[in-house]
Amino acid sequence: MALWTRKSVNVVNHVVSRVGFLGMINQSSWPHSFYRKHPISDACARNLKNPVTDFVNTPAHFPFRRFESTKAETQSDTLHDFDANQQVLDFPGGKVTFSSELRFISGSPEERVHCYRVLDDNGQIITGSTYVQVNKEVALKMYSDMVTLQMMDTIFYEAQRQGRVSFYLTTVGEEAINIASAAALTIDDLIFPQYREPGVLLWRGFTLQEFANQCFGNKADYGKGRQMPIHYGSNKHNYFTVSSTIATQIPHAVGAAYSLKMDKRDACVVTYFGDGGTSEGDFHAALNFAAVRDAPVIFICRNNGWAISTPTSDQFRSDGVVVRGQAYGIRSIRVDGNDALALYSAVHTARNIAIREHRPILIEALTYRVGHHSTSDDSTKYRPAEEIEWWRLARDPVTRFRKWIESNDWWNAEVESELRNSVRKQMLQAIQVAEKVEKPPIADVFTDVYDVPPSNLVEQEKLLRETIKRYPKDYPSDVPV
Amino acid sequence: MLGILRQKVGAGSSSAMILGQSLQRIRPAASGLRNYASAAKEMTVRDALNSALDEEMSADPKVFLMGEEVGEYQGAYKISKGLLDKYGPERVLDTPITEAGFTGIGVGAAYYGLKPIIEFMTFNFSMQARVPPRSSHSAIDHIINSAAKSNYMSAGQINVPLVFRGPNGAAAGVGAQHSQCYAAWFASCPGLKVLSPYSSEDARGLLKAAIRDPDPVVFLENELLYGESFPVSAEALDSSFCLPIGKAKIEREGKDVTITAFSKMVGYALKAADILAKEGISAEVINLRSIRPLDRATINASVRKTNRLVTVEEGFPQHGVGAEICTSVIEESFGYLDAPVERISGADVPMPYAANLERMAVPQVEDIVRGAKRACYRAVPLAATA
Ligand SMILES: Cc1ncc(C[n+]2csc(CCOP(=O)(O)OP(=O)(O)O)c2C)c(N)n1
Ligand SMILES: [Mg+2]
Repeated sequence: MALWTRKSVNVVNHVVSRVGFLGMINQSSWPHSFYRKHPISDACARNLKNPVTDFVNTPAHFPFRRFESTKAETQSDTLHDFDANQQVLDFPGGKVTFSSELRFISGSPEERVHCYRVLDDNGQIITGSTYVQVNKEVALKMYSDMVTLQMMDTIFYEAQRQGRVSFYLTTVGEEAINIASAAALTIDDLIFPQYREPGVLLWRGFTLQEFANQCFGNKADYGKGRQMPIHYGSNKHNYFTVSSTIATQIPHAVGAAYSLKMDKRDACVVTYFGDGGTSEGDFHAALNFAAVRDAPVIFICRNNGWAISTPTSDQFRSDGVVVRGQAYGIRSIRVDGNDALALYSAVHTARNIAIREHRPILIEALTYRVGHHSTSDDSTKYRPAEEIEWWRLARDPVTRFRKWIESNDWWNAEVESELRNSVRKQMLQAIQVAEKVEKPPIADVFTDVYDVPPSNLVEQEKLLRETIKRYPKDYPSDVPV
Repeated sequence: MLGILRQKVGAGSSSAMILGQSLQRIRPAASGLRNYASAAKEMTVRDALNSALDEEMSADPKVFLMGEEVGEYQGAYKISKGLLDKYGPERVLDTPITEAGFTGIGVGAAYYGLKPIIEFMTFNFSMQARVPPRSSHSAIDHIINSAAKSNYMSAGQINVPLVFRGPNGAAAGVGAQHSQCYAAWFASCPGLKVLSPYSSEDARGLLKAAIRDPDPVVFLENELLYGESFPVSAEALDSSFCLPIGKAKIEREGKDVTITAFSKMVGYALKAADILAKEGISAEVINLRSIRPLDRATINASVRKTNRLVTVEEGFPQHGVGAEICTSVIEESFGYLDAPVERISGADVPMPYAANLERMAVPQVEDIVRGAKRACYRAVPLAATA
């Protein structure tokens, strides 16, 4: 934040009164739409100066901004009335200070945007930190769910190696982002996930059996066995089905947020995506639209350093993702993604702002993808094993959080082993059951293409059934006809 | 430049607007394509679409319109005229120029309870595309990968009631990047419904059906028809009016040859039928209305009666709508065919700009007349002349 203040001071220092470029612009040739832009709101301008305090104190601010022709006329007049001795230009979007210095804004800041954290590496609260209190009950559920997530990943990963499921993808290293963000939300908040956020579903009560049913694509899977493993979705949990195409969920989230806003609901939308996802046009379109339309949506970027084998240095040259939020006029924060308390506090506060003020928020969580990208990947081919080990051991978010709850006397080794035994048993049971449940019936090939199947699909289904009846040996016996 | 462009565009095209060069509107000259008895009330396709939007927005507060220039400017083609004033900026949204963005945003809004109508300035912009090696990522990505597939992939948990609409196909004098017909593209994707109106009655009835439908609908309009007037019945003017999706309309009954067409080509087919009638050939003209689902039953019943088929479309021939219709007839009515199927389509080239070449690149009435005559053995088949 120091960065901000220093920059604005710089600009003010270099103000001079001479007008340069303006004379060259023929005002009448400017497109009409130029005057339609709205001045930066006061709340927003204040926030630029001191984002931290405003996070907590900004009054509810949500006027519907609509262009009025009278306003536009006033604005165009001020352009004409421009006084050469003044040092600022009243311009659509707000006042702009002049400078006689020929200077380009640097592409990289002198100092990178700071990273908010609450727990130090030993799981102790850093003195003087501002954070939202987490009570014992919530803290213990957070910890248990992080452990469960880690164990679920280990066991499903093994099941894939044994050939029992076709594909899997772990969340290892990103447990805090998953669980702490979910803990700071309510079940009414809509989730538009990428694919590395199953912990949000877990927090909301999706059972290990339900996870297993999806991975095994059986009859009980809410997706009727139609998608590859880990593409979870559940209406009941307000968790929209995972979309394989990177970043498509980001504009979807903004659309849903727009819907919530029109309904005046006391909820927001939360969408997750990776560092790689921010290179897609969808990310940019979604941020811009959310900003312009004041959509109550929280963008959570898991900057885990890698997009399959592409390091972030090949993904962008900006100071990560947080500065992009600012560029689109969105309040943004960078958080230690391996600090569950910091994430909880950031998401909790973001939710309040999103709902009370109807505006988008961007959170960049710095973390690391400790596992391979997926079971189709061997990441030691493109990154040093020591790097992985350092993040896995020294920066493990689960261990850090455990140290904190232990220092509160809320947890001990005995409860820890009870938890682990119980989760392991449940997992093995879930896999056994999921494997035995029947596969989805033939009818499910044809349902849901449309709300009601059209005649050509009805015909196709009839034809398929007749063919199976005629040549039963050519079809797998475990498919219920 | 502006003047030249406007002249080239000629009577009635407002395509210049999309190119960002003309803000002035020229009212299309009344088309001389059809003559009607003056008794019935007439309505332009533009007013038909506008009134359908208005009525559905008024009937259902979940319906909203989003796109470039739909609000303040009232639509590049004035289809959304008056709607911003009536329904306010929350329901008539001007978007930034990011087709992929607002298409995705519309899909998200439909995922969660709203019924968006997404207007593309032209369907060419629905392609707004960057195509990385693995997956196409663009507005069409959201139509195909999100809208069309979500209901299926979520096993019915996420349905996507939305309409993508805008002018499709060749306009006049706007070149390759504004003149492609995408009917076959969208119609090849399960999960989508694809409609293409011809007359004002079609426009009203089909757009209302599209908005009320629980599935995603691609609604392909034609810029050159917007200003054209058609008679409309009292029934079609009623706010409850709605046409069934998946049903074709027999525009003109005949017994010698079946001509299928959609959108602007229906008018051409009807004109061809007039000419053919003078030569003693009775042509049956089918207005497809719905490209997906395709009304195979109506098409096949007609071919079984006439035993001859001419398909007409403005799009490219390969894998086109005509190809699909031809297959359907070969599969279901092969034994009834008395002549090879004639396929009239756009030339297999990107649209040229020069007016003389442009005319050669899209089907003309005389092409349809000649096709029908060949099918009736009243002209030498093309193959024989080669
Ligand atoms: C549109 C699209 N392009 C490419 C891919 C292939 N792909 C799958 S995951 C992935 C990397 C994404 O990285 P990131 O967003 O950082 O998420 P992470 O895997 O690190 O959690 C890529 C390129 C895809 N699924 N969709
Ligand atoms: Mg990544």
